[in-house]
Amino acid sequence: MVIEPDIMAESKETMPRIGAFKRFYRVFLGRKIVIFGLFIIMLLVITAVFAPVFAPYDPYEQDMTKHISQPSREHLLGTDALGRDTLSRIIYGTRVSLIVGISAIIIAGIIGMTLGLIAGYFGGWTFAVIMRSIDTLMALPMMVLVLVIAAMLGGGLKNVVIALGIGGVAMYARMMCGQVLMVRENDYIMASRASGASNARIMVRHLMPNCFPPLIVLMTMQMGMMILAEAGLSFLGVGVEPPIAAWGAMVTDGYRYLLTNPILSFAPGLAIMLVVFAFNMVGDGLRDAIDPRLRGTL
Amino acid sequence: MTAYIIRRLIQGLIVIIAVSILVFLLMRLLPADPLQLYLAQNDIIKISPEDYQTLLVRFGLDKSLPMQYFDWISDILRGQFGDSLYYNESVGTLLLERLPVTAHLAILSIIIASVFGITAGVICALRRGGALDTFLTSAANFGISIPIFWLGVLMIYLFGLYLGLLPLHGYTSPFQDFWMSTRQLVMPVTCMAVTAMASKARQARSSILEVIRQDYIRTAWSKGLRERTIVVRHVLKNGLIPVVTLIGMQVSHIFGGSVLIETVFNIPGMGRLMVSSVFAQDYPVVQGCSLLFALIVVMVNLIVDISYGWLDPRIRYG
Repeated sequence: MVIEPDIMAESKETMPRIGAFKRFYRVFLGRKIVIFGLFIIMLLVITAVFAPVFAPYDPYEQDMTKHISQPSREHLLGTDALGRDTLSRIIYGTRVSLIVGISAIIIAGIIGMTLGLIAGYFGGWTFAVIMRSIDTLMALPMMVLVLVIAAMLGGGLKNVVIALGIGGVAMYARMMCGQVLMVRENDYIMASRASGASNARIMVRHLMPNCFPPLIVLMTMQMGMMILAEAGLSFLGVGVEPPIAAWGAMVTDGYRYLLTNPILSFAPGLAIMLVVFAFNMVGDGLRDAIDPRLRGTL
Repeated sequence: MTAYIIRRLIQGLIVIIAVSILVFLLMRLLPADPLQLYLAQNDIIKISPEDYQTLLVRFGLDKSLPMQYFDWISDILRGQFGDSLYYNESVGTLLLERLPVTAHLAILSIIIASVFGITAGVICALRRGGALDTFLTSAANFGISIPIFWLGVLMIYLFGLYLGLLPLHGYTSPFQDFWMSTRQLVMPVTCMAVTAMASKARQARSSILEVIRQDYIRTAWSKGLRERTIVVRHVLKNGLIPVVTLIGMQVSHIFGGSVLIETVFNIPGMGRLMVSSVFAQDYPVVQGCSLLFALIVVMVNLIVDISYGWLDPRIRYG
């Protein structure tokens, strides 16, 4: 993969001599919208890490004298029913989104990729059993599956992560399995088998790294999906525990005061959309950069 | 073809059986004890160990897990979904009441999403780089990112409260009052369709762009065919098959969306039934709903796959 451009350069004089990494960055950063996405993601991470620095108020501090106040110089986005500053709560909400998104993807990714790797590598009955189970998991709408698991486990941050993690497994398993079926036909797999490498070694050292690139795209795109799903769950009331600021729950809370103070519902929703949009765009950019065949088509 | 259909049917049957096991286990392996829930629902606080045993036997909860599953599934095959713990009705009756509502919303959303989404995607691909492409592609990128429940809230504010054009929420059967029903459906159907529409547009765009650079399209151009012929006969025919086959996924997504949208707009469909039952820990209803959702998704996938095999011989022999 890495030496490919050099070989091309030798055979065809017209091909520019650039490294794979350089080409990757050039395509990846070639579109303004991708740079915008990266900027938003960086902003999100910085905000989450330094939330106490950025937040003008304590997001949990209640002040009943400021019940549902309109946006003002002191409270840029107004205050909610308990007099808590909306802007501060949105800033703290970045933490929930990031933590839930990342942990759910790690859980889904590890389980899903392992299953896909095993199914694709061994084939036969192993493949049939694993992939039919994945089909089963996919038959239930993700939101339904996640809602049932999260609610039955009792809600809360940990259970939401578990539910979303299970809900995301199917996509990774399918994609990984497809990748393995393709990559395992390569000569270097046969070569390592001939030189006596164990199944585990072939899977971990050879298949895994070569199947991974398209999965990075999936992970980025799933970050958006997970944040959306988490917001949906907290909108329904099975998300993180109430005092913790979560964007989806803020939309629900504000819904009741739509007539008097619509910004309570609008602002957190806008934050969700912006972040999900950013991850989707960066995912698109990564896909273009990893698979030049698709460049600009998505 | 017959062999392909039979193979696909058997596969579908296996998945359906597996789904029923999953739905059953989902309820039984989770921490909540069904009998405790039953007692709580019926306000029975104190119960002697003997009575507890009698109840266990009555509900068949004393048997082993596989036996419980067989009891449950044989009841379902006879159309007995059990009784709701919360509503004084059988689960079957509840589902029959709620399914048409969700089906109505879902079918409308799928039609709207497919028609507008695919059209937009095709236009973007054929006029790539143009102003319309730029606009529609960005719209689609926002469409896949928008939280649909929030879009619902926005629309309620704008069209319901601010402009006063549409009813805020609720559902009326179209047979009762068609005009009212349509007015009430505008917002929820838009919300349910928006994600599917955006992703259809993106899929259609990339699929068509993929086809356009194929050799047979260049051949068609060099034969001197008119653009219209090339687009309709060659590009669309080949480019849209993969887009249409993703409809099974779409149905699943739209059902997932119904959980949120029916809650926002207060529509008495399966999605809201599911949410309220999950909160009431009314597990027979949750089981029934999930099973029905999954059954429909599997059936749609089965139909799509079979017609795909019929349309494209490469699939059925592959």
